[in-house]
Amino acid sequence: MNTAPVSNPFAPTQFERRKFRRANLNKWIMFGFCAVLVIPLIAILVDIFVKAAPVLSLDYLWLNPANKGKEGGLWAPLVGTFYLVIGSLIFVAPVGILAAIYLNEYAKEGILNRVIGIAVTSLAGVPSIVHGLFGLGAFVLVMLPAVNSVIANPNDRATKWQAGLLTASLTVAVMNLPVIIASAREALGGVPQSFREACWNLGATRWQTIRTIVLPNSLSGILTGVILTISRAAGETAPILFTGVTFFKFVADTGWEKVFPYNPGEPFMAMSMHLNIISNQISQMPEGMKYGSAAVLIGLILFVNSFAIILRVWLRGRKRW
Amino acid sequence: MHSMAGCAARIDPFHVMPEQVTNKSRRKFNFLDSIEKPTEWFIRLCGWSSIIGIAAIFLFIFKEAAPMLPRLDWLTFFTSPRWIPNPAPGNPASFGALALLAGTFTTTFIALIIAVPVGLGAAVYISEFAKGKVKETLKVVIELLAAIPSIVWGFIGLMVLGPLIKTVFTAAPGSWWGHVMVILHLASAETGAAQGTNLLTGGVILALMSVPVIVSLSEDALRAVPDSFREAALALGANPWETVRRVLFPAARNGLLAACMLGMGRAVGETMAVLLATGHNNRIPAALTDPVRTMTATIAAEMGETVFGDPHYRVLFILGIVLFVITCSINVASDLIIKGVKKANKA
Repeated sequence: MNTAPVSNPFAPTQFERRKFRRANLNKWIMFGFCAVLVIPLIAILVDIFVKAAPVLSLDYLWLNPANKGKEGGLWAPLVGTFYLVIGSLIFVAPVGILAAIYLNEYAKEGILNRVIGIAVTSLAGVPSIVHGLFGLGAFVLVMLPAVNSVIANPNDRATKWQAGLLTASLTVAVMNLPVIIASAREALGGVPQSFREACWNLGATRWQTIRTIVLPNSLSGILTGVILTISRAAGETAPILFTGVTFFKFVADTGWEKVFPYNPGEPFMAMSMHLNIISNQISQMPEGMKYGSAAVLIGLILFVNSFAIILRVWLRGRKRW
Repeated sequence: MHSMAGCAARIDPFHVMPEQVTNKSRRKFNFLDSIEKPTEWFIRLCGWSSIIGIAAIFLFIFKEAAPMLPRLDWLTFFTSPRWIPNPAPGNPASFGALALLAGTFTTTFIALIIAVPVGLGAAVYISEFAKGKVKETLKVVIELLAAIPSIVWGFIGLMVLGPLIKTVFTAAPGSWWGHVMVILHLASAETGAAQGTNLLTGGVILALMSVPVIVSLSEDALRAVPDSFREAALALGANPWETVRRVLFPAARNGLLAACMLGMGRAVGETMAVLLATGHNNRIPAALTDPVRTMTATIAAEMGETVFGDPHYRVLFILGIVLFVITCSINVASDLIIKGVKKANKA
C-alpha cells in the first residue's frame, strides 16, 4: 500500500486557473448586464406605483376626467382606448392571420415570398409617427371625404364623419399588421409538417387541412399574438395623434352614453394621449394625477401581457408533439 | 370457359347497388368546403397585404409631400440648423433640418453605445449561461420591457430619469466638477445640465427601448448556431466563455449585426419617448447633456399646428419620407444580412 501523498495529476495549472477565473468574471459581467435591465425596471415601476398610490382607487377608474384632468378619474380615456383596441383588432386580426396562413401554407419559396417577407419586416420598422402621417394622408384626407360623400348630408355639417375612432383604428391596424403576421406565422410554423401530410393523405384539400388541423393546433399561439397586438395597440400614441384622438371630449356621467360614448366618426379620448398631455402640457397638474394615469396605463399593459405569458406557459405544458 | 350462369350467381363483392351509388356520391354538403376557391383568393390577397400596406404608406406620404418636393431648398434642408416654420418679421421662414437630423442621430448613437453591449451581454447570458427559473424570469422581464408603451418611457424619462440626471450633472459655477464636465463635453456650461430632459436622458430611454429588440433577435441568432459547434469547442477544451467568444460570436455574427441594426431602427423611429425626454430644443448638441430635438418629435409636435396644405405641413411630410427611407433601408439591409446567414448555413 502506497500511502504517500500524490499530487493530483488533473489539478488545473496556473494558466488554466486564470482562464477559469476570467471566464467566471465574464459570466458575472453578463449577469450584471441582465441585472442592469431588471433592477432599474423594477425600481422605476415601484416608484411610479408608489407615487400613484394616493390617487388610485375604483373611483379613479370610474369617474370622468374633470378640469383638464386635474380632478376626477380616467373613465373616458379608458373607454376610448378599449374601443380603439377593439376597432383595430376587427381590421387587423383576420387580415393578419390569413396573411400568415398564406405565407406559411400556400406561398412557395420564390421571389414573391421573399418580397412579402421584406415588406413585413419593413412595415414593422416603419416609425410610429410615419404611420400617423400615413393615417392622416390616407384615411383622414382620402377615405373620410369618400365616406362622407355617401353617408353625410352635404347641407348639414353635423352628419359628417370626422377623424375619429374609425380612422384611428385603421391606422393602428396597419401598424400592428406585421406584429400579428409574425406571431401567427410562428404559431402556424409550430404545427408539425407530418400533421399536414397525414391530413393530405386522407384526401383533404389544402383549405380543409388548414381549417381542421392547422388552425386548431395553433390556436393558442395565434391567440398569444393577438393579445400582444392588443397590448401594443393600447399603448400607442404617435399613430393616433393626427388621426382622431383628442385630449378632451365630453362624456356623460351616467346611462348608456357612459358605456358607449364615442361614435366612429367622432374624436375620442385615449389613455396614451391623456398621459402625454397631462404629463407635460398642462401647468400645475398635480403629481399624483400624472403618476396615477401612468400607473393605470402600465397596469393595463402588464395585465394584458400577463395573459399572453400565462397562455404561452400553459401551451408549452400542453404540447403533445 | 366456365358456365356464365355460375358466374352470375356468385355475389360480386365490388358490385354496387344503384341507389347506393347515388347516396355515396351525394356527400354531405359543407359550406366551409364549398368556399375553398374564393377563400384561397382571399388568403392570397391578405398575404399581399403587407406589400400593399408598405406601398400605400409610401404613396400617401409622398402624395402629401409632393407639391413641396421641387420647391424645397434641399441644400438648406440638409445643411442649415435654422428650423423656422412660422415666419415672423425679421425672421424669415427656413426649413433647415440639420439640427433635427443631428438630434436623431446623436440620441440613436448614445442609445446604441449603451444598448449594444448590454443587449448582447444579456442575450449571451440568457441563451448560454442562465438555466431554469432565472432564464424564464429574464425572458419575461425582457418581454415586459418590450411591452411598455413609448409614451410611458417618455414619462419615465421626464419624471424619473430626467431629475436624476439633472442632479448628477449639476455643479456650482467654478467647481472642479463643472470644469471636468465642460472639458469632457458632458455639459456645455459649468453649471451643468440646464434641464433634466436632454440628449443623455433621451439616449438612455431609447437604449432601454431598443434592448429588448436586440436581446430577442440576438438570442435567436445564438440559438441558430448548431449545437455541434458548441460540442466541438468543448471537446477542444474551451470553457464556456471561450466558446462564446471564439465560436458563437463568429458563427452568429450576421444575426447579431442584424439584431443591432433593428435595435437602431427602433431608436431612430421612436417618437413619443423622445418627444418627452429629449428636451425638444432645436440645436446641434455640443455636449452630452444639451437638450436636442429629433425628426420624429418635430413631426409629432408641429403637425397639429400646421394649416393643411401650407409649406410647413408639406415639409413635415418630407421629414416623414426621410424617416421612412432611413428605417426601410436599415430593415432591408438587416433582412439581407440574416438571409445571407441562412444561405451560408445551408451550403
